[in-house]
This record gives sequence, C-alpha cells and structure tokens, in this order.
Amino acid sequence: MLELSARDRRRRVTNVIAIGALCVLGFLAITPLFFIFSYLILRGWGGLSLDFFLEIPKPVGEEGGGMANAISGSLVLLSLTAAFGVPIGMLCGIALSELKNSFTARVLRVAVDLLTSVPSIVIGLFAYAVIVVPMKGYSAWAGGFALSIVTVPIVARSTEEILKLVPRTVHEAGLALGIPRYKVLLRLILPGVRSGILTGVLLAMARVSGETAPLLFTAFSNSFGFRGLSSPTASLPVQIYTYATSHDETWRQLAWTGALVLVFVVFCLNLLTRFLVRKS
Amino acid sequence: MNIKGRIAPGNLGDRTFGFILRFFSWATIALFLGMLVFLAQLSWEAIQTYGPKFWAGTDWNPPMEEFGAAPFIVGTLASSLIAVLIAAPVSVGTAVFLREIAPRQLSSFVAFLVELLAAIPSVVYGLWGVFVLAPVMRDQVQPFLAEWFGPETYFASALGHLATAFIYPFSLIGNLFGVWQISLSELSVKMMAIAHGLFDGPPLGLGLLTSGVVLAIMIIPTVTALSREVLMTVPDSVREGALGLGATRWEMIRIALLRTARAGLVGSVILGLGRAIGETMAVTMVIGNRNVIPNSLFEPAQTMASVIANEYNESDGLHLSSLAFVGLSLFLIALFVNLFARLLVRYLERGRYA
Repeated sequence: MLELSARDRRRRVTNVIAIGALCVLGFLAITPLFFIFSYLILRGWGGLSLDFFLEIPKPVGEEGGGMANAISGSLVLLSLTAAFGVPIGMLCGIALSELKNSFTARVLRVAVDLLTSVPSIVIGLFAYAVIVVPMKGYSAWAGGFALSIVTVPIVARSTEEILKLVPRTVHEAGLALGIPRYKVLLRLILPGVRSGILTGVLLAMARVSGETAPLLFTAFSNSFGFRGLSSPTASLPVQIYTYATSHDETWRQLAWTGALVLVFVVFCLNLLTRFLVRKS
Repeated sequence: MNIKGRIAPGNLGDRTFGFILRFFSWATIALFLGMLVFLAQLSWEAIQTYGPKFWAGTDWNPPMEEFGAAPFIVGTLASSLIAVLIAAPVSVGTAVFLREIAPRQLSSFVAFLVELLAAIPSVVYGLWGVFVLAPVMRDQVQPFLAEWFGPETYFASALGHLATAFIYPFSLIGNLFGVWQISLSELSVKMMAIAHGLFDGPPLGLGLLTSGVVLAIMIIPTVTALSREVLMTVPDSVREGALGLGATRWEMIRIALLRTARAGLVGSVILGLGRAIGETMAVTMVIGNRNVIPNSLFEPAQTMASVIANEYNESDGLHLSSLAFVGLSLFLIALFVNLFARLLVRYLERGRYA
C-alpha cells in the first residue's frame, strides 16, 4: 500500500472533518422544523375539536370558544386576494413574457423585483393610507388590497418563469397559421402551462394565508365573525398573534391550535403543488 | 410579422390585448411608486417636524410627543446582523451539502424539508419563539454565553482589542477631517465597554439575541435555496478540474466551488439580510419591545417593523406620522439592501464570466 506523507495525511483528515461538518450543518438547518412541528402537535392537538372551527371566541376567563370568526375571515380575505391579486399578477407575468424587452416590460420587471422586497408591514401602512383612511375604518377591502399587493409580484414571477419554459416553436407554429397573437397565447400556450401557473398561484396563496403584518391595521380583527366587506375582519394569523401575546391560558391554547391548523393548511397547499409539479 | 418583442399591430384583438397588458403593467408600476408617495404623505408631519434628525434621535416617548428612530434602526440592524451571522454559514454549508455531498434522494428530501421550513408563517415562528425557544435561551443558552463570553472574560477582552485595532484606522480618518477627535486610549475604552457589555445583564429570554436566532431560522431556507441555485450554475468542469488535479473533495469545494460562486453566495446572504430586516411578526413577539438602544444582546429592544406593529393601532397625530416615517425609512433600507445585493451579483459576475 502507498505510504502517505504527513502532508497528505493531514489533507485527508481535513477532508473528513470538513465533509462531516457540512453534513452536520445540513442536519442543523432542518432541526428547527422538527422542533416547531413537534411542539405544534404537542401543544395544539389537545385544543382541536369541532368547537374550534364552529364557535366564536369567548370573553377572557371563560372556558371554550373557537376561532370560527378568524377562519371565516381568512377565507374572505383569501377570496379577495384570489379575485384581485392573482389575475393582476398573472397579467403582469404574461406582460413580462409577451412584451419581453419593451420599455414597459423592463420597467415592470424592476417594479416587480422591488415589490417582492418591500417589507409586508410597509404594505400594510400603504393599504392603511390608501383605503382605511378614506373609508374611515378597518375593512376586509383594505386587508384584501394589502394581501393582493403581496401576491402580485409572486404570481407575476412564477407565471413569467413558466411561460419562459414554453418553446418558441409553439408560438411560431400558431403564428404561422395566421392566428392572432392573443389567441395563440390564450388557446395554445396557456392551456399547456395551466398546471404550472396553478402551482405558482397555490404557492402564493399558501404564503399569503400566513401573512399577519399587512392585516394588523387594515383588516384588523373582530370577535363575532364576518359582517360584510366594509367592516373589520378577523383572520387566523392576526388572531394567533393576539392570543399568543395575551395572558389568558384558554386564549393561548387557542393560539397553538390555530397555529397547528394554519401550518397544516399551508403544508397541504405546498404538498399539493408538489403533486402538481410531478404530474406535469 | 414581428415575432420578437412587440405585439403585432393591426389586429383588433391583439391591440386590445396589448392594451390590457400594458394597462395592468403600468398599474403595477404606479402601485409601487404610489407606495412611496402615500408613505411620504402619511409621514409628512414627522418629516416636517424632524427632518433627517429623526434617524439620530434616541428618545421615543409618545406621551411627551418626542420621536427619534435611532433605537429601532439599531434594533433592526443588530437583530438582522445576528441572524445573518448564524444563518450564512449554516445555509451555505447546507447548500454545499445538498449539491455536493448528499446522495440524490437524501438531497431532494432535505431540500423538501427546507422548503417546508420556508412555508411556515412568521407568526408561528413567533409563537414557537415565545413559548419554546425563549425559555431555553433564558435557562440554558444565555447563562452559558454569559459565563464564557460575558463581562470580565478573555473573550470579551480579546474582542475589545480586536475591535479597537480594526476601527482605529477609520477613527484616524475621522480625526483628520475633523469629524470627531478621539484618541487611541479613548477608543479602546469605548470598544472594551461594548465588548464586555455584549453578553451582560440578566438572562430574560426575550430580547435581541433570541430575535436574532428566530430570524436566523427564518432566513436559512431562503438563503439555502438561493445559494443552492448559485452552486447549480457553477459548471461541472470547474469541479472536475480541481478533482483531476488531485484535490480532495473538501479542497475542491473550498478552492473551486466556493471561490467560483463567491459573488452569488454573498448576494444570496445579502438578500437574506434584506428579508430579515423587513421581518415583522416573529420579531415583534420575541424581541421584548423596549424603545431604548440596547447595550447588551440579552436586553429587550425594538425593531423598525416591530414598533409599527406594536403602536400603530393606538397612535394618532405626530405619533402616527412618526411611525409612518419609520415605515418609510424601513422601506428605503430594504430597497437599498436589495438593490445592493442585485448590483453586487451582477458586478462581480460580469468580471468572471465575460
């Protein structure tokens, strides 16, 4: 066997140690997931009952109660986002890929990039200035507006990425047949990438369903359930925040259970997108 | 027909469609610019009252109508810096592990778990931070840190000396231009005070250090994903070249991979920093919410985002517009950090792949 010099032996040892350290780092990165997940189940599971989904919260000090108001409110806010933010985001994505290097597309690309980097609490401030101040009160509209702003750049980006994957030849084939560009896009290209776009939309919704900061002073909160789009609307994340920072044991329990439900929904959306990606 | 670029003119449907696309594009662009305008309008009263002095003011006292944002700027920078110091090595290490070491199936599984970590909402991190992490920090981590790195330890002294040595040249420049007058001994005393105070004080659990740790956990997935993409762009020939010259796997990673990908890795870490700066809920829940510049990492503090989350609903008049001004400043900082990261990556990459 080859006799190793001292230097080579040192190199080998360094190699083993460094590779081992990298493995440890990789392991370290995912340990929080296990801790968070196990505590969510440990603390949240006990509060899971039908009441949690169907009851509105009870006053401090009383046992029981649920988060029906927050769950319905979250659904309303997410619907508003899906109705306004998602289509605008998709249009922006299509514009980015269709208008390519035009002035509009270049400016839009920068704007979308910068929009992703805006802290979500700042978006909340903006929605407050634009909608809450003129309407003189917190409303679901304001919350939906804020969440839509969060969604637009995410959906725009994913839509553009997906459209980039469509080969040029598909465009050209359609155009060569004399089909107008918009029909090529709507009838030929979009149907082909439907699941890809849907994946982006689902991921954006998953992200938005956990957003708290933009809702604090736009949708605000309530304790009785949905009362119309112009009145304050509760949401699951804001409710979790309020209850987690309260001093009432029942409320804290509700916060943990709410967090468990929220994370479950978000994970399901993520798994669904994985499934979609694999299928396509 | 012009295939590339513009939508061909002539066809009514195409023109309408092009108009719709342009309309919504410009609406989105206007939305972004409108954000600046509306934030400026909302914070106009504070801008007029304080001007740039707002950022230097150390007092934040709503009942006395006194507002200065320095404590929050310090809190934001400090907590994000702690987060980046922890997250950068872990994320880059993980990215290298995923790309170079782990077998394919394990790699995709771990990558999936990291993705899930990114999907957890901020408020859940906060909940976990308050009830699980903070007690552990209070009972185990902080006493340990205080004992080994706290006041009157060798570590603190060494850190103080190092900091003095590092900052001294810069202080000379200040002396030269008359910005300030500080002697070496004065500087040393100051640095020593900071170094010895870093891990000083009672372990409370909630505070700057804990929020830094939570932030680190939150940005690790982002930075890992970005770094992984960067490593993907390094051509295999670079790896093969190093291995072919007889490098060990680690030497290949260190010399060929990390050095080639340096620009992109730094960029991804800075993008992570940008995320940490704007993060709100988790920080608000674990930082302790105290509107004073902290002296120690154990002390409660406040970030720009968390003060808005905490006080905005109960504010009016000058208080409200001061909070909006904090928001505007946060916006500008986040934009600046992001632009810097993107420009850095572009600049460093241009030199290499040209």
